[in-house]
Amino acid sequence: MLLRYLTALILELQNLLMGDRLPLSASSDRTNGLVRMTAKPVGKATGLPQLRRLSPDLLAPVGVGLLVLAFWEIAVRVSDIQPYLLPGPLLVLQTLVSEWGTLFPSLIITFQITLAAFVVAVISGLLVSVLFTQSKWIERSFFPYAVILQTTPVVAIAPLIIIWVRQVVPGDNSTFVALVICAWIVALFPIIANTTLGLNSADHNLLNLFQLYKASRWQTLLHLRLPSAMPYFLGGLRISGGLALIGAVVAEFVAGTGGTKSGIAYQILISSYNLQIPRMFAALLMTTGLGVIIFVALTLLSDFLLGKWHESAVRREN
Amino acid sequence: MTHPAITLSDVSKVYSNGTVALQHLNLTIGEGQFISLVGPSGCGKSTVLRMIAGLGKMSSGQIEWNGGHSQRQLAFVFQEAALMPWATVQDNVRLPLKLAGVLYSASRAAVAEALELVDLSGFEQCYPRELSGGMKMRVSIARALVTKPEVLLMDEPFGALDEMTRSRLNSDLLDLWSQKQWTVVFVTHNIYEAVYLSNRVIVMAARPGRVVADVAIATPYPRTEEFRLSPLYGEYCREISSALAQAANGQDGAIATSSQRAAEYA
Repeated sequence: MLLRYLTALILELQNLLMGDRLPLSASSDRTNGLVRMTAKPVGKATGLPQLRRLSPDLLAPVGVGLLVLAFWEIAVRVSDIQPYLLPGPLLVLQTLVSEWGTLFPSLIITFQITLAAFVVAVISGLLVSVLFTQSKWIERSFFPYAVILQTTPVVAIAPLIIIWVRQVVPGDNSTFVALVICAWIVALFPIIANTTLGLNSADHNLLNLFQLYKASRWQTLLHLRLPSAMPYFLGGLRISGGLALIGAVVAEFVAGTGGTKSGIAYQILISSYNLQIPRMFAALLMTTGLGVIIFVALTLLSDFLLGKWHESAVRREN
Repeated sequence: MTHPAITLSDVSKVYSNGTVALQHLNLTIGEGQFISLVGPSGCGKSTVLRMIAGLGKMSSGQIEWNGGHSQRQLAFVFQEAALMPWATVQDNVRLPLKLAGVLYSASRAAVAEALELVDLSGFEQCYPRELSGGMKMRVSIARALVTKPEVLLMDEPFGALDEMTRSRLNSDLLDLWSQKQWTVVFVTHNIYEAVYLSNRVIVMAARPGRVVADVAIATPYPRTEEFRLSPLYGEYCREISSALAQAANGQDGAIATSSQRAAEYA
């Protein structure tokens, strides 16, 4: 029975992955101490040859995952442990399906907060970095404060931010704005740090060349510094995307808003209060899934933008 | 000698850490000359180029441009190709024109011509990473030529290339030079390259950076493979080599080990 289920699941997964073209081979490289994760789509998956080529990269992690899930399911059944302590994966899956109607709208709200915070972080981070590289004095004066902003625990200041924002923005939007600010604080720093580093690491010979041809500050920024910073910026983006989600979820935990406009964190919280542990797991699973989707989307964007020229995205035969 | 194009009078450069990169340098570069600056690392040969190009301030002295030349008409080729990896060959070559505000349509012909000169027509759409080291250097030279300069400053442009590519690019450069009659200032640590290319070799010594010999290479152009094998060529190389050795030995407390020396004279 279980075996038949597993076989069906494997086949299902294969179909899913073949269709989605999202088999990932992850590699990481270090650039000046900053870790940039690189994930590359492997092959355009149709037909059997690709399947054979994909299999080790894909089936190994999937196999491990399925083994763990199977062990988990069996352990839960054999030990007869209560679902409110540890639900089995099948129960979580069932709950996910049955509770989809309440959980998914919450996930969308969290996603909106994440997206808004991320977009604001990208724009403000880019502007701040450009400002930093225009003058050493600006960077010297303000960079420490960017670090302070980063190291301040968002859990601790979230209640304050919620109260302050309520003074300025009354009504329903108040909480949304406050949560966006919290997530923005968390997501901002990797973009500033990476982009500043990138803007400063333009090839010095090229900088000389620009100077020789009497390039203006604006030309140097547009044609040299910004393109040089691109790989660093995109690396920052990938870190920042995940952090925006974490920031949003953490802030939601603190805010704990009920009613119609409650995010996925509220669902996790309320499920745990009510001892609806399978529901909590289902909500958790959705959050993680969203994080993975954000990461994959940003990775694809990065590969698309750097594909033609940067080492991290260039496919090599050897 | 021809008319002077650039005159350096009493030029000194002292870095903030006290290193004397150049001391009282006097040099007159004649119009249409191919001058090589040869010397060990730290002798200030690259500094001379950078001063001429206006990249960095002199501590004292002055540089005069004569005969209607100006800094605007110069081009610089670096040791590394220094290409923008995100731009195609064509866009890399176009860069100086783009920075000068020349429109895309107006620069097309000049870019095509520059690529033609360095024998890279057909590679317009390639990215630098798709090219070999020698080809990257050609792109870099094309970028220098696209503004139709009258003075070409080259800072060890072929230093990082293998011997075969280097000698090929050497003869190509000479061909171009005889067509275009630029004034070339060429920095190298390779004596053989300097003798083969130049009609004048300036030998420099380090600590402090100064000129120790000024050798005219009288052999007429075009120079062929035969010149490289002639006794005269060997004689020139020996002369420059001994000028370098004398300068190195004359230094108080010369600490150059044999391996360092071998590297410097290679």
